[in-house]
Amino acid sequence: MQQAPQSVGTVVPQRAHFTEPLPLKSGGVLPEYDLVYETYGQLNAARSNAVLVCHALSGSHHVAGTYADTPGSEGWWDNLVGPGKPLDTGKFFVIGVNNLGGCYGSSGPNAINPATGKPWGADFPFVTVEDWVDAQARLADRLGIARFAAVVGGSLGGMQALSWTLQYPDRVGHALVIASAPKLTAQNIAFNEVARQAILKDPEFHGGHYYEHGVVPTRGLALARMIGHITYLSDDAMGQKFGRTLRHDKPVFSYDVEFEIESYLRYQGDKFAGYFDANTYLLTTKALDYYDPAFDYAGDLVAALGRAKADYLVVSFSTDWRFAPSRSREIVYALMHSDRRVSYAEIDCAAGHDSFLLDEPQYHAVLKAYIDNIRV
Amino acid sequence: MSFHRFDYDVIANWIEPGERVLDLGCGDGGLLRYLGDVRQVRGYGVENDPAHLLACAKNGVNVIQIDMEQGLAGFDDGFFDHVIMSLSLQAMRNTQGILREMLRVGHEAVVSFPNFAYWRHRQAILNGHMPVSKNLPYQWYDTPNVRFFTLDDFDGLCEQEGIVIRERLAFDEDKVILDEPNFLASVALYRLARKDAAAG
Repeated sequence: MQQAPQSVGTVVPQRAHFTEPLPLKSGGVLPEYDLVYETYGQLNAARSNAVLVCHALSGSHHVAGTYADTPGSEGWWDNLVGPGKPLDTGKFFVIGVNNLGGCYGSSGPNAINPATGKPWGADFPFVTVEDWVDAQARLADRLGIARFAAVVGGSLGGMQALSWTLQYPDRVGHALVIASAPKLTAQNIAFNEVARQAILKDPEFHGGHYYEHGVVPTRGLALARMIGHITYLSDDAMGQKFGRTLRHDKPVFSYDVEFEIESYLRYQGDKFAGYFDANTYLLTTKALDYYDPAFDYAGDLVAALGRAKADYLVVSFSTDWRFAPSRSREIVYALMHSDRRVSYAEIDCAAGHDSFLLDEPQYHAVLKAYIDNIRV
Repeated sequence: MSFHRFDYDVIANWIEPGERVLDLGCGDGGLLRYLGDVRQVRGYGVENDPAHLLACAKNGVNVIQIDMEQGLAGFDDGFFDHVIMSLSLQAMRNTQGILREMLRVGHEAVVSFPNFAYWRHRQAILNGHMPVSKNLPYQWYDTPNVRFFTLDDFDGLCEQEGIVIRERLAFDEDKVILDEPNFLASVALYRLARKDAAAG
């Protein structure tokens, strides 16, 4: 019987404090840290039905459900996770975690540094995809989860899913790597660098210690988000949504908003700058740039994947040029040549990189078909 | 997959247990599932049809969505023991290209296709109509097939391309046809190798 898709309902974030120091890839150490997370569904008696959902650049632990008395507070992947949804919480125990360096409650630049009693700011250490996975593994230990049935993520989250299968090959059954890449291209790093420079050059950045000055580098952060937004949409999607529509129906020769796309970008940039943390944006884009599992294998991705034991589903989207289908195919071919079980779907969807957050029917049907076959 | 196809048995007999197998145009993954069951192959399918891709995912078969007309770039030379194309070659435009690619990434290729010169097809033409049969089930206006060829035509292409026919089995329905296969067989299965490949 197919159950009609439902929301997981009202959810409450939880916090775990860790006192065992976490060694970081940069050589630094986090002496102690917090992870904020949410869970949906029930962990079964065999503890075999846990699924970790990893978030991307601006995501959080709030994957699904809503917060009490907060309209519009649906989680960022609410269309995927819930009873009767492709990642069915009737079968799976789903976990979302805010990554280290984040700004939604886990230890990060805007949290208090226990050593100084002041916000970490720019002193928060560089964190990598591998560090996030290590921290997530400790949370799994804390929750009594020896092995995930699956680890799922889109974009930067897909990199974490892939990395899980390399760092903890015995602890992952399946990895769903969506709209992702085995490493960023120079062009992709270039976009991140422009975003970072916008923040770093904002006069209110104050070397990352803007909290102490009671200001926020909102102009830089908004610019960074505008750049990002352009790259997350396809040319077609932007054309269809905004075209060359003019606010005053004709040119008025001004630098104020004239074209609707200008209005959209400014709105998205300002909104983002109102809730996201600039230091988190800097750290997270660097984590994206640094991710390269083949780096220690002279660029040989097949060799890098040699220790993996998981099965994989890789998904890309036809109009995604920030994480293009060709980048997903690199992962697919390397997995195949490593004798891993892997399936790959290239979804025809007009929405660019953002497609992975939508519920395009073929996309969700493929996810559901694959996930339904995961044994717990 | 409740029904069973005789051509699956022929293909299974050409495959050793545990081989790496690539099935081009794998449909719902039925053949790969069968070869997984009876030969424990490490199988991958290739499909570009969203409905077929979804069916493979439901059947738990590894499937990779690419457009085969663009070749098999990304697949390493000689990675697969067998590359199969079952009843799909007639729907490919780039016939020579895909045959070359199959024998690049595989040690052997297995190809099956409907014989356009089958006597019932000839009869249909003589009666003034394009053939419609079990192996050519489409009307002329909705067929996905783009290449119409016979066993003799295919043998000639293999000769021209330096492809060795290691084995050929021709059938009318599920009966083996030994005499006059180009006239009496509705479908044929070929086991192919490169001329320069070691005998196997």
